Amino acid sequence: MLHNAIGDKPKFDVSIILIYLALALIGWVAIYSAAPVEMHGSIFDLDEVYGKQFLWIILSIALIILIFAIEIKFFERFSGVIYVVSLVSLVGLYFFGKQISGATSWYAIGSMSLQPSEFAKFATALALAKYLSQLDVSVKDVKHFLIVGGIVLLPALLILPQPDPGSAIVYLAFFFPLYREGLSVWFLLLAFIGLGIFIGALLLGAWWISLISLVLIGIIFLLSRKRYKKRRGTKPQVSWFITALIACVALAFATNFIFDNIFEERHRNRINIVLGRLADSQGVEYNIIQSEIAIGSGGLVGKGLLKGTQTQGGFVPEQHTDFIFSAIGEEFGLMGAGTVVILFMLLIYRLVIMAERQRNQFARIYGYAVAGIIFIHFFINVGMVMGLLPTVGIPLPFMSYGGSGLWGFTILLFIFVKLDAHRMSYQH
Amino acid sequence: MKKILLLFFVTLSGLVFMGRLVYLQIFNDELKLKSELNAVKTVFDYPERGFIYDRNGELMVANQTAYDVMVVPRELQVFDTLELCGLLQMEKKDLIKQIDKAKNWSWRKPSVVMPQLTQLEYAPLQEKLRKFPGFYTQRRSLRKYLVDHSAGVLGYIREVNQGVIDVDDSYEMGDLIGKSGIEAQYEKELRGKKGVKRFLRDNYGRPIASYENGKFDTIPEAGANLTITLDSKLQKYGQQLMQNKHGGIVAIQPATGEILSLISAPFYDPSITMGRERSKNINALIRDTITRPTYNRALQAEYAPGSPFKVLNALIGLQEGAVTTEDRFYCNHGYNYGGRKKLGCHSHSSPLSMERGIAESCNAYFAQVYRKIIEGKRNSHVGMDVWSDHVKSFGLGGFLGIDLPVGRPGRVPDSDYYDKVYPSGNWYATTTISNSIGQGEIVSTPIQLANMTAAIANRGYFYTPHILKEKDGVGIKDEKLTTKRYTTIDARHFEPIVEGMNQVYKTGTAASVQIPGIEVCGKTGTAENFAKINGVTTQLTDHSVFIAFAPKDNPQIAIAVFIENGYWGSRYAAKIASLMIEKHLKGKITRTDLEDWVLNHTLEEEYIKPFSGKPFPINGPPVPVDGPKVTIDHSFIENTY
Repeated sequence: MLHNAIGDKPKFDVSIILIYLALALIGWVAIYSAAPVEMHGSIFDLDEVYGKQFLWIILSIALIILIFAIEIKFFERFSGVIYVVSLVSLVGLYFFGKQISGATSWYAIGSMSLQPSEFAKFATALALAKYLSQLDVSVKDVKHFLIVGGIVLLPALLILPQPDPGSAIVYLAFFFPLYREGLSVWFLLLAFIGLGIFIGALLLGAWWISLISLVLIGIIFLLSRKRYKKRRGTKPQVSWFITALIACVALAFATNFIFDNIFEERHRNRINIVLGRLADSQGVEYNIIQSEIAIGSGGLVGKGLLKGTQTQGGFVPEQHTDFIFSAIGEEFGLMGAGTVVILFMLLIYRLVIMAERQRNQFARIYGYAVAGIIFIHFFINVGMVMGLLPTVGIPLPFMSYGGSGLWGFTILLFIFVKLDAHRMSYQH
Repeated sequence: MKKILLLFFVTLSGLVFMGRLVYLQIFNDELKLKSELNAVKTVFDYPERGFIYDRNGELMVANQTAYDVMVVPRELQVFDTLELCGLLQMEKKDLIKQIDKAKNWSWRKPSVVMPQLTQLEYAPLQEKLRKFPGFYTQRRSLRKYLVDHSAGVLGYIREVNQGVIDVDDSYEMGDLIGKSGIEAQYEKELRGKKGVKRFLRDNYGRPIASYENGKFDTIPEAGANLTITLDSKLQKYGQQLMQNKHGGIVAIQPATGEILSLISAPFYDPSITMGRERSKNINALIRDTITRPTYNRALQAEYAPGSPFKVLNALIGLQEGAVTTEDRFYCNHGYNYGGRKKLGCHSHSSPLSMERGIAESCNAYFAQVYRKIIEGKRNSHVGMDVWSDHVKSFGLGGFLGIDLPVGRPGRVPDSDYYDKVYPSGNWYATTTISNSIGQGEIVSTPIQLANMTAAIANRGYFYTPHILKEKDGVGIKDEKLTTKRYTTIDARHFEPIVEGMNQVYKTGTAASVQIPGIEVCGKTGTAENFAKINGVTTQLTDHSVFIAFAPKDNPQIAIAVFIENGYWGSRYAAKIASLMIEKHLKGKITRTDLEDWVLNHTLEEEYIKPFSGKPFPINGPPVPVDGPKVTIDHSFIENTY
């Protein structure tokens, strides 16, 4: 149904568009400063990364106009096709992909490179929203849940061996729409418990974790028995607790095996650094140290554009891509970096509010997926750049250099802006 | 709950990130400091180290450019190891070892792979080095020695160690510092002042801009050029004469205290302390514990002075009124004191007055003069202290205060000393009679003997011997070096002693080494000495000692020569001293037969004797060398009495 046909006037959410433009422009200026060049010429110089980024931004605006012009039902109807095309593009990498810095994640088109994993995110979000929004589908149903899991995990599993573990981890973001649609919080709790046991076993050793598990599970068991005796709960089955304990102990003892055999050396190093188990060994920690130095030396108001000694000296590797936040931290200080953090928080808050006001489930699920994906990127990227999380190579949305990334996020975000604009008329 | 989980996570991570930002940017000063270290490159502009000239303006030490080959392991790529080894003239395993060492030290910081290539070795490397990413060369200024002698005086420079950097922040890792000799003594003057330039640099260390517009930059100040008191030609000649001998020569200009010559043998070429073999060479020098070339015998070796010391006893005797020049003493092939004890002497006419006593070096004469000095006082304690003070006024028994970093005080005994040796207090002139002939508890270094000779030549005073003459063309002003130090002997008492020393040369024990046309005053010495060999005190061949000054009136040179195990005074020391005097005063040698004798005689066989592991005759022929390994206590050799 064409919105014009029923006289519905779309209401585009201005705050989202403004935040989007602010982030993209701050990112562009930061790229100008952090670009690995001898001399900073015109910011529009198309031979340099900042000129190209300007071009990507202009093309993104074109994309936005295009998305706004497309008929509203298109995204839902063609979500399956888009998803399949996206999967095919990921599979195609194994045959026609171009290797850049060790990962076969790009198609070479002339002098440009296109990264299909950046586009797979919105495709997956569309497919997930489409499937889950069917009336007879519920995430609580085991069969449906498995199909949902397949939709989400398929692209992640295709991306993982490129290898691009960073882009694969992003698919954790789909927990948020699933949770909103009724997925048990136990998945999250179990994930946290599992992660806790894993990290704990690395730090303290399997025996200590087993002991702690025994004590904690024992306490919970005794508490629930007391509850039961006061006739306030169900009878605790001893077998459940024993099963839980065995699972915890098994994971604790499996930790070192998993750590040593599943992870690669460099991944182990990155994790060990964050856990404090490893000091700088031949420069593994270098990126993080340099990034922290750059941010830390920025102070309250920063050193000024093009005046950051670390940024201009090129001390932070990949600063114009994954580490762009450190350039902002150095040259614009707490004011600049804090503004970026707040802009992201506002963006995600706004997205959640917008998702909640959707009248149809497709738009709501898609909105949550957008918010979740942007949040995971923001969380992992900024956490990494400030030395709080292990190094994972993923970009900061709208800000890091790269056409594929910017376009991928732009499409992801503006499909939702488009859906939201038509929320009053857009029904199933 | 369903609706707020994501909001909760966003809020939580936003707060954590803001907190982290505040911590990093506001409260963490360490990161700001690291940023400075990272981005501000301090480049030192090294001034040229001062040159060293001899007293006649001959350039002895200058500078040369050398190149260290450096490696930054992180920037290494696969390269043709064999080609690089060829260029560096280095074994492959050594190169790999060096690179591994560099990796252990730092992946990012440069390490030295091959130090101190000469200009000649550098030239072929320079063209090819760009084929080897990670390797580069670092220009360095090194010493260039234009002389092959005087290593012990000039000293050498080396990279400063952490201990020095810790206490003096004007030194940086890799800076050079004087390690011994003049280089160490006048480090401050020679070094100059480093200029500092600060740049903002990039990740590869390339400068991108001046830091704070050069506000903190300074200009280097060149090191001072030093003119030293040595006569390079005399040094070279003396070193030739000392070939195959162990010992020291010190020559002083009496009128100024300037050290004309200071030679310690065995010696080495100063150039071996430079270049790629330097550490090997320096280690070899230090590890040579048998001939000990780094031990400066002229400054550090404490020997019994022997007979030259007799002239001091004559002077003290006159000053204290214990004897007159005309008093005669009998000599019965020696002197009997205290029962059956006898101080032996050689054949000569008897009795002798002072002049002949000196000329004949009569032990009996000086034993009796010594007794009169000590016994002329209230008791032997008082006598001994009076005697000791006179001796010390000649610069013996204490550090002279010369401007070189090494030295020894020697020893002049006094009453306290003998009270410790004989706790009963029962000691007398006869107990210490060896002092009369310079063999007792007295020990002195060659430079102390030379200074004593200068004091006699000056008839009663001396200047502290010193090595620095001018700094940047301006004469030294250090009062410690330019003030006369008077002895406790009145000037009038010196003339008869000078006469006696002149007689030594004309008709006495050194008559065989006369220099035509020059009036020399001298005194021979033959010093007994002992060493502990495998724990057994063993007498070794006597040392050959000679002191002299010339000309007799208006002396230009005072010299002391000490030849270890040189048999007797006139055999080696007097010959060498007379050649040195002739060289200095005439500029050429007329007695080539004497010169040939010294050049062609070696004492190496004598020095092997204690190490032979077999019994050996002293003051006689050599012994075969293929004995068991022997340990020698050197400290004991130095302190012979």
